[in-house]
Parts: sequence; structure tokens; C-alpha cells
Amino acid sequence: MIAEHTSQEARAFLVRKRLWQGFTSWANRVAGNVFIWPTVLVVLFLSIFPLVISLYLSLSHLKFVKGGFEIRFAGLANYRKLLFGSEQEHFLGLIVNPSPTGWLVLLTVVAFLIWSLIGYLRSQHCSVGGAAGRIIATLIVSLLTWLLVSTLSPGGRPGTVVVTILYVFVGIAAQYLLGLGLALLTTQRLPGSRFFRVVFLLPMMITPVGVAYMFRMLTDTDKGPFRPIWQALGLGLTSWVNDPWGARAAVMIGDIWQWTPFMFIVLLAALESQSMELIEAALVDGANRWQIFWHVTLPQILPVSTTVILIRMIEAFKIVDLPNVLTNGGPGTATESMTLQAFITWRSLDLGGSAAIAYMLLFLVTFVGMAYVNLVRRRVTEV
Amino acid sequence: MKSKVWLLVTWLVVIALLSACGPAPTPQVIKETVVVTKEVEREVVVTKEVEVAVEVTPTPGPKPFEGIEVNILTFTGPQIAEPLQRRGPDFTALTGAKINVIVVPFNELYQKILTDMATGTNSFDAFVFAPQWMVDYIVPGYLEDLTDRVKADKAIEWEDIAPFFRDFSATYGGRIYTIPLDGDFHMAYYRTDLLEQAGFEPPKTWDDYLKIAAYFHGKDLNGDGDPDYGSCISKKRGAQAYWFITDFAASMIQSKGTSQGTFFNTKNMEPLVMNEAFKRALELYKETTKYGPPDELNLDVGDTRSLFTSGRCALSIDWGDIGTLAIDPETSVVQDKTGAVITPGSTEVLDWETGKLVPCDEKTCPYAIDGVNHAPFAAYGGWSGGINAAADPKVKDAAYAFFSYMCQPAQSNVDVTIGKTGFNPYRISQFLNRQLWVKAGMSPAAASNYLGAIEASLASPNMVLDLRIPQNQRYQGVVLDTAVSQYMAGEITAEQCMKQIYDGWEEITEELGRQSQLEAYLNTLGVQK
Repeated sequence: MIAEHTSQEARAFLVRKRLWQGFTSWANRVAGNVFIWPTVLVVLFLSIFPLVISLYLSLSHLKFVKGGFEIRFAGLANYRKLLFGSEQEHFLGLIVNPSPTGWLVLLTVVAFLIWSLIGYLRSQHCSVGGAAGRIIATLIVSLLTWLLVSTLSPGGRPGTVVVTILYVFVGIAAQYLLGLGLALLTTQRLPGSRFFRVVFLLPMMITPVGVAYMFRMLTDTDKGPFRPIWQALGLGLTSWVNDPWGARAAVMIGDIWQWTPFMFIVLLAALESQSMELIEAALVDGANRWQIFWHVTLPQILPVSTTVILIRMIEAFKIVDLPNVLTNGGPGTATESMTLQAFITWRSLDLGGSAAIAYMLLFLVTFVGMAYVNLVRRRVTEV
Repeated sequence: MKSKVWLLVTWLVVIALLSACGPAPTPQVIKETVVVTKEVEREVVVTKEVEVAVEVTPTPGPKPFEGIEVNILTFTGPQIAEPLQRRGPDFTALTGAKINVIVVPFNELYQKILTDMATGTNSFDAFVFAPQWMVDYIVPGYLEDLTDRVKADKAIEWEDIAPFFRDFSATYGGRIYTIPLDGDFHMAYYRTDLLEQAGFEPPKTWDDYLKIAAYFHGKDLNGDGDPDYGSCISKKRGAQAYWFITDFAASMIQSKGTSQGTFFNTKNMEPLVMNEAFKRALELYKETTKYGPPDELNLDVGDTRSLFTSGRCALSIDWGDIGTLAIDPETSVVQDKTGAVITPGSTEVLDWETGKLVPCDEKTCPYAIDGVNHAPFAAYGGWSGGINAAADPKVKDAAYAFFSYMCQPAQSNVDVTIGKTGFNPYRISQFLNRQLWVKAGMSPAAASNYLGAIEASLASPNMVLDLRIPQNQRYQGVVLDTAVSQYMAGEITAEQCMKQIYDGWEEITEELGRQSQLEAYLNTLGVQK
């Protein structure tokens, strides 16, 4: 009887032990998930939730009714308005038949894209996903090129998409070249190079609103500091900001002035950390300065260059402060970027339209970013 | 426990001491000069001064709004916010209510007010804004009906407010929702000395305006050796400039009286922009830029006013502000050199049926003066105070008392003569009492000229009423402003501009309902269906 009782107790103990072990094993398995959930919730709340809400907003109209407001589902009406409706000219621009040069550029780009695509499809690395991605990229790049050439041809007018692309690509190209030039100069151990390192960094420390006001004064031919020069040149009664391209140039110069230091400081660090042995070896082999730069220095700083360009590109697509303060998006809508258009649309309480523009910007930045990473950066860093 | 008791006793003593430090309530009697004026002829002013004692503090009783704070939202000053901020402390001394004036840029004011009330945030108790926007605030029930308060308020002297501002700007659907603080009309300003020297008459038509502007453009107009400008008109996008194109267009579109309207066809709500008159208006407006400052497309009204008062412009189109800014001895070099006249008109007007311009005659222009059709534009309607219906009742009372105080002749008769306030005359007594203006620094002739221009506009049977249909801010502040600024920048042609406005306005009308928008438009024009 006693032996039977003891054996039952032992069994119960074993069951409890097994249960406990099962529980602790389960707890060990799920602990990671449990601990990560608060972070996931915070990320969802701060990032995904606004994205979903703004997606819904972009598919709706806001209406003020008695006692509050209502958000009515409107399908793709806001996107239709931007791409095919009354906002098309504002958003995409005035599309005309491209000029002969425009056609040449378009055909060259499309031919290059198709050649690259065929090359990929024939290669051994070809996969379904890769092919699909490249076909989509070819289509989108071709469309963007068509938009660029047909809005920049005589009689056309660039909309906010094209203006933003110009700000990004022209601005970043200039910033990179100037930043690299200044960085190369600073590494030459010239007298005062330490002082200039600090001076070159100053524009980046100034708030963009301050930069915009400063350039507003600089471009004022009537009251600005360059007034005597403008008057001497007989341009006292002309204005940068009255001409669409003058105003765009003013915005780009301001942006280049402010962000060149960022390129400069990163490229300076890259130049200073490059392997001296390779340069010395090239010198021993009789390479001149240009050959050293082109064949030794540039390949070494390319990975850093592609990263810094990617960071600036993502940031530059969101340009808003400079055109808003410097020109208020004008004259007309000449200097309006996509972000500024979204802001102005939001300000007029068209929340749906504003969200639709923001989503179009998100698509554009994501596409350009992914294409850049896949087609440029990966190749450069793999070399 | 003992320490807590000591702490409590200490706090009570401190509070008692602080209370004792406050000023003892003593009755204040202020001697105020009341000017009673009777105008015999336009230039002759008869003045009788009477000293009366006004008791401003009914002490020793408690102040009626002691401890109450009123948050008032308006646009970034200095104008408009300045008088509110300056008179706030005086009002606090009188009533105990503290006035907090919060400012936002002009292009954010409309939506800031709307979103504050619509989202139930209600962080502002009252607003000073454009009365043309009131329809968007009244329909959803956000604005307080002030009719009973106004009727019970003798001090506001409601009947002294000019009928247009009292019955149109302040009233919606027969009820009063705003208190006028300002009277707004567009006028043409000119340099009297320059025109006299050159033998020009003040501009009667837009062609005259352009001729005078072309003559003076590039000449030194203020003696500083630098070339100056023939015309200065604010043309900045997203600012207070989008009303000016209507001055040009209305003089050719509206010729048969106020109820004809200038924005839409009263039969079907079709925008009146796809016609020869609007095209001509765009061309004239653009031509003024040739004689303006180089960065005119980026100038707000504050900039063009400064240019005019610093003697750099021969002509300008503006609200009443230039008239009073010109007499400020600290900033103006054109004191007694500034003339004002009803906005120029046209000798050709639109045939609504054909969309073509036809010459003015008795039939086409029944209100023409010397063969010129003038259509003075009551743009904006004058800054006015409205109260948030969701505010605390006591705060609403305090807000109303403040607006009433600002509107009462004792305050407003002074404020409308000060340029930096941005307030222009809107009371009958302010037009009749020239002495106010002489006292502020105008010569009797200049006062008559300035007030005469406003009176001529106000009395015109062909006055243009500003758009006051639901979402008028989208029609004008977004669609019209964007298209016209693109045209001025040379980005689009006149035809493209007209089409863009037409399509944009039609889109809003369709979205909000054609019939309801048409009814609202007809109601504002006073047209009986």
C-alpha cells in the first residue's frame, strides 16, 4: 500500500517536473519574442501606423461637417487628379513633344536600358525575381526620362517631380565634385588647411531657414550686398527670383552651398584613410598625379562615395525649407519640390491630395534608392 | 505633522502678503476730448471740442473678467496684431481679462482656425480673420452667433458702422457673427507731386495706369540717385496678393451693378474666366510687372507699401493702408505727396453671352463715369473678430467685450489713422470727421482725397463683393493664386492660365455641389431667385 502510494507520488512528481520543463522550454523559446514586442509596438506605432493612416488619407477626401469633420473614401481620385487631372501640370509638368535633342537622349537611355536588360537575361545569374525587378526598373527609368525630356523641351514646363529630380541629381553631382575637390585640397598639407577644414564645415551648421534668408538677400539685386556689382553690369533692375530658371538656380546654389561640407567631411575621412602603400607603389611605377587619382585613390574611396551619395540622395528628395523660404515655391510654381507641394496642399486642407503626393514621393525615393543600391552601390562595393 | 502645519501657515502668510501688494482699487476718471464734427463742404471742417469725464473703472467692485484669459489667433503682425497687442493691457486694466494674441503666417491662418475648431482642440477662444472665410466656420457651427450681444451693446454704436461692413462683412444669413475692426477696399495710389509735375491726371483706366507707370519707371523718384519704379503691386504667391487680379478683371466683367457678380455666371455657376475680359485682365496685370521692382513677384503687401512710402513707386494698388502709412513721419518720405483714387476702370466690358469685349455705352455700362466702367473691389472685407462657439461662456463674454472695446469709436477712431495697425476706416463717423485725420498728420486736402477715394468705392453701385461661398479660400487662395502666379512667372500662357482656373474652380464646384454653391453665391450677391 505504502509502495503504491510512493510510486503514485513519484509519477506525479515526474509529471510536474515534465510540465515545468515544458513550460520553461516554451518560455525560453518565446522569451525573445516577448521581450521584442514592446519595441515592435513602438515601431508600429511610430512608423507603420502613420504610413497606413496616410495611405488611407491619400485615398480619401476631408470634409468639414457640423460639429467636426468626416473622411470620405474616394478611391484613387487623389492619384488620378495628380497624374491625369487638374493637378497634372503642377505635379508632372506641361508635357510636350520632345525636341530632337530630347528624342536623342530618350532613345539613348532606353537603348542602354534594353541592352543592359538583354545582357542580364542572357547571363548565368539571371533569376525570375532579378528579371522582374530589372524590367520594372527599365520601365520606370524610361518613363522618368520621357517625363524629363518632354517637360524640359521648348514649350514644356517641369512640374514638381522633375524639379525635385533636378534638385537631387544636379545638386548632388555638384556637391560631390566640390566636396571631393575641397577634400583633395585639404589633404595637400597646404598652409592653413586646418583652419579651412573648420571654415568649409560652417555652412552645414547653419539652419536651412537661415541659409534661405541669406540667399534671399544675396540674390536681391536691388538691396543685397552684390547690388553695386549688379548695377555696374546693368542688371540692377533684373531679379533672379522673377525668372523660373534663375529661381531654381538660386535654390540649387543655396542647397549646394549648404550640403557640400557634408560631402567634404566624409570624403576627407575616406581620403585620409586610404592605403598609402598603393600610392607609393604607383609613384615608384612612374604614375602621374591624375593616374594615381583615377586608378588608385578613386577606387579606394568609391564605397564611401556611393554611401554618402545615397544618404544625400534620400535627404535631397525631401527638400522643402530652402524653396519655401527663399522663393515661396515661386515664381509661380517654378521652384516647388514635391515635399513643398505636399506641404502647400496640406495647408489648403486637402489632406488626401497632400498624402497622395507624399506617397508618390515615397515610391520615387524607394525606387531610386533601391535601383541605386542594386545597380550601382553593390557593384562598386563588390569590386 | 508639526512641520506640515508650519508649511501651511507659511504659505497662507505668503499668499496674504502677495494679495496685499496689489494696487488698491481706486476710481479713475479720465478726461477725454470728444470731437463733434459737421462737414459743411468737402474741404471745410467745423470742429467743436467738449470735455467730458469718462469713468473707466467702476471700482471698488471686482472687475468683471478678473482671472479670465482670452486667446486670440490672428496673423503675424505687425499690422492687425499690433493694435490688439497694444490695447490688450488697457482692456486688462479695465476688465481684468488678459488678452493673449497668438500669430501665424497669413497663409496658415484660415486652416489653423478651421482645424483648431474642427478637431475639437479649441486652443483659441477668438479669432481676427477675413470675414469672407466665415461661411466655412459658421456652417459647421464653430462660430458664436453675436447678434444678441451686439443688439444689447450700446457702446459699440453698431449703426455708426458703414452698412456694407455691418450688413455684409459681419453678417451671414441675417445673423451677426463678426465684429468689424477694419474696412477694406482696393484703391489706386499715386504720387501727387510727380503726376502734377509731369502733367498727368490720376489714372482713370488701366491704360492710363500703364502709361503713367511706363513714364516714371526707371526715373529717380525720391532723389537718392537710384532708378525707381512706375508701379508697385504685391504679386507674391501664398500671400495677400491674389486679390489684385480681380481689380483688373472685374472692371471688364462686372458692369451692371453689384448683384451681377464677377466670379461666376449666376445662371449656372460657370467660372467667368474663359473670355476676352479675363484674358485682357491677365495681360494688363502682367504688363504692370514691366514697370515694377525686379523682384515684384516675390513681394508681399508689406514690401510694396514700404517701397511706396520710401518714395520708390509712382503708382500702387493696395488697400487703405498706404494712405495712413504715408503720414508716418518716421518711415514715410511721401507725406502730403500721396493721392488715392477709385481703382481704374475700362472703356470696354464683357458681353456675357458672347464672351467678347464690347465698348461701354449706356446699355452695357449703366454705372460708367465719363465712359469708364469702374468696379471697386471690396477685397477681403476687413479684418474682423469672431468667437469660438466652444469656448467657455465667461471667456466668450470677455472676448466679445474685447472686440466691442476695439470697435468702439474711442479706440477705432484712433487706430484707423495709424498706418502700422493695418486698420482702415469702416465707421460713418470716421469718414465724416476729417479732423481725426488732420490730427493724425494728414492735410485737410489729403484727408479728403484719401477718404473720398474710399467713399467713392463704398458708394459705387458697381462695387465688387468678394467671394463668400463655401471653401472660397480654395477657389481664390489655391487655384486662382497658383494659376495667376504661374502665368506671371511666364510658366504658362494666358489661355493655359484661364483654363487652369476654369478647370480648378469647376472641380471644386462639382465636389461641393453645383446647386448649393450657386445658391450660396446668389445669396452673397443679394440676388433673388
